[in-house]
Amino acid sequence: MYVAAKGGERAIENAHRLLAHERRGDPAVPELTLDQIESQLTLAVDRVMNEGSLYDRELAALAIKQARGDLIEAIFLLRAFRATLPRFGASEPIDTSAMAVRRRISAAFKDLPGGQLLGPTFDYTHRLLEPQSTEAQDEPAQAEAATASMPRVTDLLGSDDLVEQSPPDTGETPGDLTHDPLGFPADRDLRLQNLARGDEGFLLALGYSTQRGYGRNHPFAGEIRMGDLEVEFTPPELGFAVPLGRITVSECQMINQFRGTATEAPRFTRGYGLAFGHCERKVMSMALVDRALRARELDEEVKAPAQDEEFVLSHSDNVQATGFVEHLKLPHYVDFQAELGLVRKLRDEFAASEPVKEAAE
Amino acid sequence: MTAAAYNFAYLDEQTKRMIRRAILKAVAVPGYQVPFASREMPMPYGWGTGGVQVTAAVLGPDDVLKVIDQGADDTTNAVSIRKFFVKTAGVRTTTDTGEATVIQTRHRIPETPLKANQILVFQVPIPEPLRYLEPRETETRRMHALADYGLMHVKLYEDIAHHGHIATTYAYPVKVQGRYVMDPSPTPKFDNPKMNDCPALQLFGAGREKRIYAIPPYTNVVSLDFEDHPFERYRFDGICALCGSDESFLDEVITDDRGGRMFVCSDTDYCQGRRGEKSAPPTVPTEAARD
Repeated sequence: MYVAAKGGERAIENAHRLLAHERRGDPAVPELTLDQIESQLTLAVDRVMNEGSLYDRELAALAIKQARGDLIEAIFLLRAFRATLPRFGASEPIDTSAMAVRRRISAAFKDLPGGQLLGPTFDYTHRLLEPQSTEAQDEPAQAEAATASMPRVTDLLGSDDLVEQSPPDTGETPGDLTHDPLGFPADRDLRLQNLARGDEGFLLALGYSTQRGYGRNHPFAGEIRMGDLEVEFTPPELGFAVPLGRITVSECQMINQFRGTATEAPRFTRGYGLAFGHCERKVMSMALVDRALRARELDEEVKAPAQDEEFVLSHSDNVQATGFVEHLKLPHYVDFQAELGLVRKLRDEFAASEPVKEAAE
Repeated sequence: MTAAAYNFAYLDEQTKRMIRRAILKAVAVPGYQVPFASREMPMPYGWGTGGVQVTAAVLGPDDVLKVIDQGADDTTNAVSIRKFFVKTAGVRTTTDTGEATVIQTRHRIPETPLKANQILVFQVPIPEPLRYLEPRETETRRMHALADYGLMHVKLYEDIAHHGHIATTYAYPVKVQGRYVMDPSPTPKFDNPKMNDCPALQLFGAGREKRIYAIPPYTNVVSLDFEDHPFERYRFDGICALCGSDESFLDEVITDDRGGRMFVCSDTDYCQGRRGEKSAPPTVPTEAARD
C-alpha cells in the first residue's frame, strides 16, 4: 500500500526531537550558557543583531544557541521575534562624533585630532592557531581616557569643502522597509536601511567587485570608528529627550573619487556604513556599496552589479534568500509531473520523427 | 523572558487591517498585484508566508480551515501550516474540501468544485508572470500599466517554434477579466480552467515578494493561447490506482528500481472520498501501469 505521504505529523515531531538532541550534543560536555555566547562569541552576536535588526545581546545569544551556531538561522529567529514587537516611536538620531570611542583609524591621514586608536582588532595578528589562547591572558594595558574630542574625518575635510557635505536634514521621516514594501527607485534612506540589514557576505562580495573594477569609485577608508553611544528618545508627553540605554556601533566613512561640474568645484564623494556592535567588514562593505548605489544621483553610468539598486536591494536580505533557495526542498511533485508529461510527449514526437531524419541524410 | 502571547491567528490587528486593505484593493482590481507590507513570519520566506498572512487576515473564529500542499492534506508543509493555525487561532480544521470555509493551498486547486462562501488562498513564490522575461520590477509594472503583454505572446510563440507546443506546464499565465495577465502560482495548467467563473473567492499571497492579488467570484479567467494552438489541459492518460478516477490530476509514484510506477490522485481528499463512497478496491494494480 502506498503510504509515502502519510504520517507527516509524526515525522515532523520526531525530526524536531532529533534536532533538539543533536543541538545539545554530547551530554557529558557542559551545556553552553547564554553568558558564554554573549561575552565570548561577541562578533557572532553583533552580526546576528545587525542582520536581525534588533539590538538585544541576550536574545541574539539565545538565537545563536538555538540555531546551533547557524548565524542566518539565528538572524531569522531574531527577525521573526522582532516582527511581533510593538513600536512606540523612533529614537533621536545618534551622533557618532559624540561616541565614547574604543577604536578609531583613518587610512587617509597619518595623524589627526584625537589620534589613531587601534583598539581590539584582529589587524596585525599573525593568523597562527594558538591553543593556549583560550586560557586567560594578560590584563589589557591601561591608559587615561582621552579627553580630547575626536571629530570625524569627513567633518574635518568638510570644513574645507573638500568633501561633499552630509545631506541636509529635510525634516522628512525616513522610510521604513519593514513597514512599507520597497519600491524602486529607492532613496538613500531606504537603501542604507536595506544594506544595514543585508547579508554581510553578499555586501562583502559586491564591495569587493567595485574594487576590482565593476563600478570602481576609488575608495579611501577616511575613517572607521567603533564605540558606545547613548540612545535617546523623546516621549511626546514629556517633550524632552530621555536616555534609553547605550549601544555599541561601528561606522565607516569612505571617501571616494572626486567630481566637479561646470558650476561646482571638485570635491570628494562619500559612501557610508553604520551597524550595531563591532563589525568593520560589514560597515566597510556597506560604505562601498552605498557609494556604488549613488551612481544615479551622481550622474554615473550604471553598468556594474553593485550599482544596480534593484539587483542589490532585492537580493541582499539573507532571510529572504535562504527561504527561497531552501524552499526547493518542499515537494514539487505536481509541477514535476506536469513537466515529465511534456518531456515524454516531446521525446515521443522526437522518436517518431527519427526515421524521417535518417532518410533525409 | 516571558512566554509571548500572540494575537488570534498570530498577526496583530493593525497588520491584519493593512493586509485586508490590500485584499480589498486586489478584489476591486482583479489580477492586479497589490504591494503590501509583508511581515516576517515565524516560517521561512518561500514556504507560504504570503498565503499564511492572507489566511491570518481573513480567518475568523468560526471558520473551518483546510491546508493542502501538492493537493494533499498530509504533506509536511501542509501539516506544519495547519498546526500553526491550530496553535495560534484555535480554529477547527478539516481535510474535507466541501466542509472548509478557508482553504490554503500550494500548487493545486482541489478537484471537488468550490462553492460560494469559500475562500481559496494560494501560496505564491513569484507573483510576476513577466518576471522570467523581464527581471526588473520597474519595467514589469510599466508593462502591466500599459497592458503591454507582447513579450509573453512572443515567449509562447517561441515555445511553439522550438518544441511544437507551448512548453509551459505549470504557472501557466492567464488573463483576468480581459485586463491583467496573472500568474496562477505554480499550479499545473490542468487546474487553470477551475479558476474561470469560480463561485469561490481566490486570493493569492506572495510574502517574500510582498504582493497580494485576487480573483473575485465568477470572474472570467482565460489561459493565454493562440487560435491555431489553443490551450490544452494536460493530465497523464491513466486512472488512479487507488480510486480509479480518470479525471483527477495524478501523481506518479516510483515503486521499485526496475521502472515500476503507479499513478494516484494528487488530491488526497478527493481520492479518499471516492474510495469511501464506492469502497472499491484499487482497480489498477501497480503492474498494469508499468511501461
